[in-house]
Amino acid sequence: MIKKLICIECPKGCVLSVETEEGKVIAVSGNECPKGARYATSEIENPLRVLTTTVLARGLCVKMVPVKTDRPIPKDSLSEAMTAIKRIRLQKSVRVGEVVLEDLLGLGIRVIATRDVLSEE
Amino acid sequence: MVERDLVIVGGGPAGMAAALAAHEAGITDILLFERDQHLGGILNQCVHTGFGLGYFHEVLTGPEYADRFAKKIRETPEIEVSLKSFVVHLTRDKELTFLKPGLLERVKARALIMATGCRERTREMVHIAGTRPAGIFSAGLAQKLINIEGLLPGRRVVIVGSGDIGLIMARRFFLEGAEVKAVIEIRKESRGLLRNIVQCLDDFNTPFYTSHKVAKIYGRDRVEKVKVVKVDDRLNEIPGEAFEIECDTVLISVGLIPENELIEMAGLAIDKKTNRPVSAELNKTAIDGLFVCGNAFQVYDIADSVSRDSEIAGRLAAEYLRGVS
Repeated sequence: MIKKLICIECPKGCVLSVETEEGKVIAVSGNECPKGARYATSEIENPLRVLTTTVLARGLCVKMVPVKTDRPIPKDSLSEAMTAIKRIRLQKSVRVGEVVLEDLLGLGIRVIATRDVLSEE
Repeated sequence: MVERDLVIVGGGPAGMAAALAAHEAGITDILLFERDQHLGGILNQCVHTGFGLGYFHEVLTGPEYADRFAKKIRETPEIEVSLKSFVVHLTRDKELTFLKPGLLERVKARALIMATGCRERTREMVHIAGTRPAGIFSAGLAQKLINIEGLLPGRRVVIVGSGDIGLIMARRFFLEGAEVKAVIEIRKESRGLLRNIVQCLDDFNTPFYTSHKVAKIYGRDRVEKVKVVKVDDRLNEIPGEAFEIECDTVLISVGLIPENELIEMAGLAIDKKTNRPVSAELNKTAIDGLFVCGNAFQVYDIADSVSRDSEIAGRLAAEYLRGVS
């Protein structure tokens, strides 16, 4: 079976032709770089997304602190992950890359800050 | 009046890249104005990924991308950053008047780079009929409310136009638990990047109507519904093809326009249609030593391109200063 996908790895948006057999990818064409082939395989067999959102700050110089998952997570768990991340209240200063949640949904994924928030109110 | 070698207006991706490039080219007296209380400009509210692939060869979020430049600037004592500083007047001789909490001051720039970015086109510019209730936001304003202020502007959303910010906000509203009823694009194809159609609409089964327009907004105090009509190739309404969508929020994502009121005040010609400075060459203007870069010069799709081209403005300013000294 041939499936058409649009690669999301970079702004180019290559149109990929993906040949699958029993849910497995056997050939990819239309990609201008190796990332496209990796994306196609993952997208068919186990679609993943990096989740970016914000968490509430308390007593810091900003109201919200932007965060992301340190690796892509299964697309199906995005909403559940949002619920877990919404429970976080950040009360201490953080640096870019610092972990704000250690093990998201038991996936072994960390949620990290994407902005320095150094000063308190 | 105090005179500075190089003054830069705007501490977003354009201004920061221009400042660092000018410093690298040998300029040691740089004053950078930013109206917000942090450097970074619009990048601070762009919490999604997709930045940095061109410039840093890695995928970053907006705040991370801004942080890379802001840190370098803080490590460069020759670049003085003036936050909460809003330039309100500019003359042909490159004299600037700026506001800072408790201050109204003037400074003369030997060379000047305007990196003032762009703003969003509004509902008024696309002529949507109807009432003027609460619940109508530009996509970027909604982004600021959610990502910076922590406020959710609505629960049932229709997005007018498929610019990248609108698409990004479709995903953001969905993830925040709102219902994105539809994205309505008047043209035959999306205005935004294809990958944003995939990861911001298709991922969440959000309805996307091309060749449609929102013809009317209904609601007394708050938005209640919109009327959507199908349009033909010449963007004219096709009779009998209208339907309504109930919603409490309308986001407008119909493009960006460069912000160039200050250089216009200084006497430079502005293209009335695009709001770009009239210019034959990248970043240059008809005033010697006055440069415009980033989204103020032309609206870019990608922040990485803004950084790259704004570095050229930094080098042009350095070249100019060497020439006149």
